[in-house]
Amino acid sequence: MKISKLAVVAIASVVAVFIRAIYFTPIEAKQGAAQKILYVHAPSAWVAFLAFGLVAVASGLYLWLRDPKLDYIAESSAEVGLVFTTAVLLTGPLWAKPVWGAYWTWDARLTFTLVLWFVYVGYLVLRGAIEDRDMRARYSAVLGILGAALVPFIHLSVYMFRTLHPMPVLMKPSAPSMPPVMTVTLVSSFAAFTLLYVWLLRERYKLAVARDAADHRLYGTEGAV
Amino acid sequence: MPNRPPGIGRAALMIARKDLLIELRSRSAIFSALAFSVLALAVFFFAWDPTAVGSGDLASGVIWVIFTFSGMLGLHRSFGGEQPTRTIDALIAAPVAGEAVFLGKGLANLVFVAMVQIVTLPAAALLYNVPLVPVALPLAGVVLAAAIGLVAIGTLFSAMAVNTRLAELLLPLLSLPFFVPIVICASQATAKLMAGRPVSDAADYLRLLVVFDAVAVVLSTLVYPSLIEQ
Repeated sequence: MKISKLAVVAIASVVAVFIRAIYFTPIEAKQGAAQKILYVHAPSAWVAFLAFGLVAVASGLYLWLRDPKLDYIAESSAEVGLVFTTAVLLTGPLWAKPVWGAYWTWDARLTFTLVLWFVYVGYLVLRGAIEDRDMRARYSAVLGILGAALVPFIHLSVYMFRTLHPMPVLMKPSAPSMPPVMTVTLVSSFAAFTLLYVWLLRERYKLAVARDAADHRLYGTEGAV
Repeated sequence: MPNRPPGIGRAALMIARKDLLIELRSRSAIFSALAFSVLALAVFFFAWDPTAVGSGDLASGVIWVIFTFSGMLGLHRSFGGEQPTRTIDALIAAPVAGEAVFLGKGLANLVFVAMVQIVTLPAAALLYNVPLVPVALPLAGVVLAAAIGLVAIGTLFSAMAVNTRLAELLLPLLSLPFFVPIVICASQATAKLMAGRPVSDAADYLRLLVVFDAVAVVLSTLVYPSLIEQ
């Protein structure tokens, strides 16, 4: 397998950010080493939203232009986005246990991410459950658009829900401004993860194209059985 | 009268009438949904320690869990019922707009869900000892607003799920995340009303529900035709 330049750059920048985060960024005074998970957690969340945003855009364009390439992009971005959302949902509790005292709280942002995760699990299950290629593209485009439309509503409803309950004592929304050395690490982690996303998206897109071409050869225009 | 195809509104009403007539004659889905709802009220009562949480405080949550799931029982039948004899093909081939098929199906589903709610709410009030009469009007508003959102989303996903390999198994997986905002708003508003708080306390939730309904109905009606094109 040929390794692309993008792959080398993406992986190298993620490794560089991790090295910087582990060895050259100070340990936060109150949260201790657990705080360093931020350099994985926050950029993953950023990439997840970027990815789901692209799903919505590609879905909308697909219903308009009916170009299968747009469907491949939506499929690839949903899958990569789901991987990063999973990373967000896994790294969050790891940090939350020592800092908040609980792995999970029904805080607005947590609930929001979890619901979003389920939307795109549903999206991929739907794709897997439809055999006809054209129908799969149309159905998943509809779901991709609805998923984006749902975002503001989950956001508002979970925030309204949270305000009814007292906040856990340990968890406060105050974000003390970071010292510059940490900010640099955080910002570069965003850049590195974005590169990682672009690379993974491109690879996944190539896979979608290749798989579809194979289906086409095997089963004709109807797609896989 | 010349043979002119009906407009969207009339076609939707005809399709809704057809679905409701089938349901009225068989009465299978409505009875199972009603039995499920009342049975669930009884089962849920024992899921909490009654000495720790008053039954009145449970009622709103229980009601909305039941509405969410009993709604789904009926929603699958909406398009699933057309499947064995492929009558959906006739609807698609009929000289009516795709939007009309969706609106008609949705309207029939709304009547179905409303019928379940009309029976379940008083039953819940009775069994959980919640005063219903003083808050009947605002509560009816909350229930209707939530039902419209549930039905719009549920009808669209039912149309999708029925054509997939997983059929009715896919419906809850697709719809439940979309029901989250509805259930949060509706159950919080219901809890406030049942606790005797002023209607203004529930107003924010009701407003969000109405906006959700508007977006859900418009968006799903617009995208539905792209599901049925051949």
